Amino acid sequence: MVELTLPKNSRIRVGKSWPKPEGATNTRKFLIYRWSAEDGENPSVDTYFVDLDDCGPMVLDALIWIKTNIDPTLSFRRSCREGICGSCAMNIGGQNHLACIFGMDEVKGDVKIYPLPHLPVVRDLVPDLTHFYAQHASIMPWLETQTNQPTKEWRQSIEDRKKLDGLYECVMCASCSTSCPSYWWNSDRYLGPAALLHAYRWIIDSRDEATGERLDDLEDPFKLYRCHTIMNCTQTCPKGLNPARAIAEIKKKMVARTI
Amino acid sequence: MSYQTDRARVTGLGSAKQGTGHFWEQRISAIALMILAPLFLFPLAYNLGDTFENVRAAYAHPVNAIIAVAFIITAFLHLNQGLQVVFEDYVHGRWGTVLIISARLFCSLCALTGVFAILKIAFSA
Repeated sequence: MVELTLPKNSRIRVGKSWPKPEGATNTRKFLIYRWSAEDGENPSVDTYFVDLDDCGPMVLDALIWIKTNIDPTLSFRRSCREGICGSCAMNIGGQNHLACIFGMDEVKGDVKIYPLPHLPVVRDLVPDLTHFYAQHASIMPWLETQTNQPTKEWRQSIEDRKKLDGLYECVMCASCSTSCPSYWWNSDRYLGPAALLHAYRWIIDSRDEATGERLDDLEDPFKLYRCHTIMNCTQTCPKGLNPARAIAEIKKKMVARTI
Repeated sequence: MSYQTDRARVTGLGSAKQGTGHFWEQRISAIALMILAPLFLFPLAYNLGDTFENVRAAYAHPVNAIIAVAFIITAFLHLNQGLQVVFEDYVHGRWGTVLIISARLFCSLCALTGVFAILKIAFSA
């Protein structure tokens, strides 16, 4: 259901403002969303100043700098720091992105950081992705076959392998799904761009033998057809992929088997 | 409190095995309207302000009458398809169902009224 205002217990208040680091001359202001279930308070936005002369260029560098030098209670997910694990997705300057491959210089003015939109928050910048992962699992993200297992390998031509380019690179960071208004209002039933991109990755795989069953499972007014080609997913994807095109290709296959 | 697993929650009632028809027909009706709308609007604009007898004579012509009827049916069909999508997006539960049914009744009534009006003009000349 559409929600245009935040619930009472999610309204954001002004939080703590931490002092500028001593002796720093080149600083950048960061406004960061904070919330913890433990204190029973509403979320707040804390203000930090990062010493740019002592910090790397990426937003994740700044978050780690803040955690190390100012506030060890600041919580966020991170792992690979090179855009391959998908852990550090968050809303930076109004756009969902991976903090590790998003430069501070790409944001004008103060750097505002919030968790991914419209997901339950576990703490600070850590959203609850349980439902998102369950949706991914529901599209059967594995090779489905009926033919007997070949002795060596499932063979695939170079041309067929090329069809997976632009799809297999998805790291499931959830930036696309959480930027999609249809996913905000209908995430209980709409699978969202990430799960649908993965669904298409297996539909288009020449080695897979369950294309019909996969399309059957997706043929639903909510699972698939909540996509209205808004294209936020494609605009925000930190890996430069195009989930909107993948969804459009699924729709084309749906139509192709009815006419 | 529910101990339903996340996977069960995502699966829900399963796939409805429909939706493509609605999606495809909405595109077809949109393309049809791109053709029908100018064909309907040009004679309408041409006859605006003319005498009642002349307008009646214009719509007594089979081409004008058939295009007008086709336009009205397609336009309200497309409106109904669009409204259904809007209600499915934004209004859930019982109110969503009520609005979807109401939209269908409203669009059907408007289409029938429009068709009746055109036929009355066409056959009374």
